[in-house]
Amino acid sequence: MTDHPLLRHAWIAVLALAVLAPSLVSSYDLNLLGRFLAMAILAIGIVLIWGEGGILTLGQGVFFGLGGYSIAMYLKLASLEPGYLPDFMEWSGVMSLPWWWVPFQYPLFAVLAVVLVPALFAGLFAWLVFRRRIAGVYFALITQAVALTFATLLTSQQSTTGGYNGLTGFTTLFGMELGTDAANRTLYWVTLGLLVAVFAGSKWLIGSRFGTLLRATRDGENRVRFLGYDTTPYKVVAFALSAVFASIGGAFFTLHAGVVSPAFVGVVPSIEMIVWVAVGGRKSLWGAVAGALIVNFAKDIVSSAMPEAWLYVLGLVFILVVTFLPNGIAGLAEDLMKRRRERAAATGTALLEEAQ
Amino acid sequence: MLDATLFAGQVFNGFSVASLFVLAALGLALSFGLMRVINMAHGEMLMLGGYLAYLTYLIVPGPMAILVAMPVAFLGAALVGGLMEVTVIRRLSSRPLDTLLATWGVSLILQQAARSAFGPIGVGVTAPDWLNTGFAIGSLYFPSTRIFILAVAVAVLAGLGLLIARTRLGLLVRAVNQDRMMAAASGINTRRVDLAVFCLGTGIAGLAGVVLSLLGPVTPTVGQSYIVPAFLVVVMGGLGSMIGTTAAAIILGLVSALSQIFLDVSMSQVLMLVFVIVFLQFRPQGVVATRSRALEG
Amino acid sequence: MTFHSEIKPGTPLLQVTDITVDFDGFKAIDGFSLTLRPGELRILIGPNGAGKSTFCDTVIGRVQPASGSVRFMGQEITGRPEHEIVRRGICRKFQTPGVLPSLSVRDNLAVAAARDRRWWTTFSHRRAAEETRRVGEILETVGLSDRAETLAADLAHGEKQWLEIGMVVATDAPLILLDEPTAGMGPNETSKTARLIKSLLGRHAVLVIDHDMAFVEELGGTVTVLHQGRFLKQGTVDEIRADPEVAAVYLGRAKE
Repeated sequence: MTDHPLLRHAWIAVLALAVLAPSLVSSYDLNLLGRFLAMAILAIGIVLIWGEGGILTLGQGVFFGLGGYSIAMYLKLASLEPGYLPDFMEWSGVMSLPWWWVPFQYPLFAVLAVVLVPALFAGLFAWLVFRRRIAGVYFALITQAVALTFATLLTSQQSTTGGYNGLTGFTTLFGMELGTDAANRTLYWVTLGLLVAVFAGSKWLIGSRFGTLLRATRDGENRVRFLGYDTTPYKVVAFALSAVFASIGGAFFTLHAGVVSPAFVGVVPSIEMIVWVAVGGRKSLWGAVAGALIVNFAKDIVSSAMPEAWLYVLGLVFILVVTFLPNGIAGLAEDLMKRRRERAAATGTALLEEAQ
Repeated sequence: MLDATLFAGQVFNGFSVASLFVLAALGLALSFGLMRVINMAHGEMLMLGGYLAYLTYLIVPGPMAILVAMPVAFLGAALVGGLMEVTVIRRLSSRPLDTLLATWGVSLILQQAARSAFGPIGVGVTAPDWLNTGFAIGSLYFPSTRIFILAVAVAVLAGLGLLIARTRLGLLVRAVNQDRMMAAASGINTRRVDLAVFCLGTGIAGLAGVVLSLLGPVTPTVGQSYIVPAFLVVVMGGLGSMIGTTAAAIILGLVSALSQIFLDVSMSQVLMLVFVIVFLQFRPQGVVATRSRALEG
Repeated sequence: MTFHSEIKPGTPLLQVTDITVDFDGFKAIDGFSLTLRPGELRILIGPNGAGKSTFCDTVIGRVQPASGSVRFMGQEITGRPEHEIVRRGICRKFQTPGVLPSLSVRDNLAVAAARDRRWWTTFSHRRAAEETRRVGEILETVGLSDRAETLAADLAHGEKQWLEIGMVVATDAPLILLDEPTAGMGPNETSKTARLIKSLLGRHAVLVIDHDMAFVEELGGTVTVLHQGRFLKQGTVDEIRADPEVAAVYLGRAKE
């Protein structure tokens, strides 16, 4: 992939542009970019579980939501006057803060929850399912049911979750006033930094022996079992990690967007997350990041110009990519470069022969 | 204290929900068993059946319209299913997860097409008078729509059972199900069998759509609300088994209806999901176990 | 974890006594016994459907016998789960090549050679020096040293078979079961495989299933003939060749 000298250094230019973005683009676009970078963190998690592990999950929205709601609960409480309850609770006649809201007044708890709640939930769920060797289509369908159930639950428990509208109206984060240009820039840089860290960490993990075994399990789970391995832990860890990345992505998305709601959690958003990675390339980290950015910018442009057209575009792109470009843009780029290298090698030999 | 009438009523409701699950899941289970493919646009076949019922009512009003609508919806959905099989699914036959994703793309397009054609709000189908009655046993009331749905489910199951057991197509389906390679080697056109089964499965979904239209408005997303439980039924039923699918549908229908005595709808949905996961701890191969398959990979 | 220290001299490595495997009334194996010494080569032949693969399945625990016992290194393993049997030191190569296609040849072998199978120790890029050395050795043995960085998917069919034999060897299991290791190979590849198998003997006992008589001849060693799930004959390759009963079994099938 990185053979071409231009490409080997291209990432430095891309990173430099990303760091300088706050002075290059409008604050509206910066906000969009920040949201999409948060989504790219989630997309990297999908590469781990789907690309490397071969396990299709249609429930990443759940973890995106866990992260988003965890941070939003803290934000909601931090934005209140002392002695008051969140607005939607007062409207529904809730008299005191539900017990599971209480710890979220502590910022540290909320931050820990963003990481630990999805890790534990995903770990337990995956362990239950994978240890009984439920895989493939079955696993995908069960994760989809989880997404539907979680979204329904959030919507129906109006009085404690904010229901269909979700949680919004945040004003401060760790004492910093939200919505100012300075806050937006800081938030953007932190998101970018995390994305870079998650990217690097995932690259390391994919190259490690763990990564090798995860791919081995994808290629031939029974074969690996017959070599004396228990394959369950590799799948569980990959799934839990992808859940944590999704949750971090969800938390930062919520900070940028100023809102979290069941609309980001359910069946359709969960599959849309898979679309990002399918378009970018399921087996490529940079492909997933590019996919998240491209699909979401396209969505922003198309759905503001022709709202009806977006679902047609999305559906069609998905069918075409899955059918003809299973490794997405990254796979296409790799093929093209391979071909060019071969052609270069061929001309090289031809020249050499001519010279002789 | 559990009231006996309430309990009996919920058991009846459970069977009625189960018959919807069966109708929605049978087609999925059929093609999943044969081709290992899950059609995410199966819910849109329900929706299509519903809209076709609506159109039929416009053209042939009258008490018997529903009986005309059923074959129309069956054929319409089977036709669209056939188109899907030939254009999308066949190309991806060796990649089941990708088929799932591609058919989701189809599902999105069909939903949006319905939105463009009929509007986002949905259309109503009025049940004929003979379905607007019911009868009571003691303090229990049985609405005739519910009984009609049950009857349709039983009829479809019986018809499908006969088809598989007695007809030439059924024989071919069983042969391909047993051993695709051997079937192909002995001259069976497995592609045509796949196509026939897929059309049959989507046709049944179309039929289910007519039935759904009796219960509420037909909307572009009506299929989505039934499809996820139908997926759970397939997962729990065991690989494409008709008996397993039916048993799983009844179990989940009862779990859903009975839990609603104590819980609200969303909590009962949570319970249903937890139930399936716990069930799979004990029987990961589903209600009906298929014999151990060849080692994959 | 080293298996070889646990082998007691004098006791048989594998002792299969009077096993019967019943598939819904069809007796795939019917009262068959077989004993293997450590480091020995044994070839199991028989017409199609004689029960050879079922025998392998029974030894590694994929199929449970209706009666009889399988003992490995003196311990009863009948009815134990597959991965436990593998961990005790029996490794099997299947008929269809079971390499891991998107891993390099080296990684395929490294996965098989790893001694430490605890998942939490895999968060590292380093491999134990001992494992790296063994992988190098095996690459040499199976003749794939210059293909070490190639993806297994890109190997030729014969190379895949050798890689898989290499993987089985890399587990260092005292007992190796090879189910038709020469399936789909040409004569040159077949005789290379025979030499490869012979080089494993001593450290590993090898049970080969095949019906290519040229290959069997090249391997040498003791031949056991299985017919309709029962023991038919045992002897050297020449004895088996000359045996009228064995000929009848094979010819009888040929006439069908």
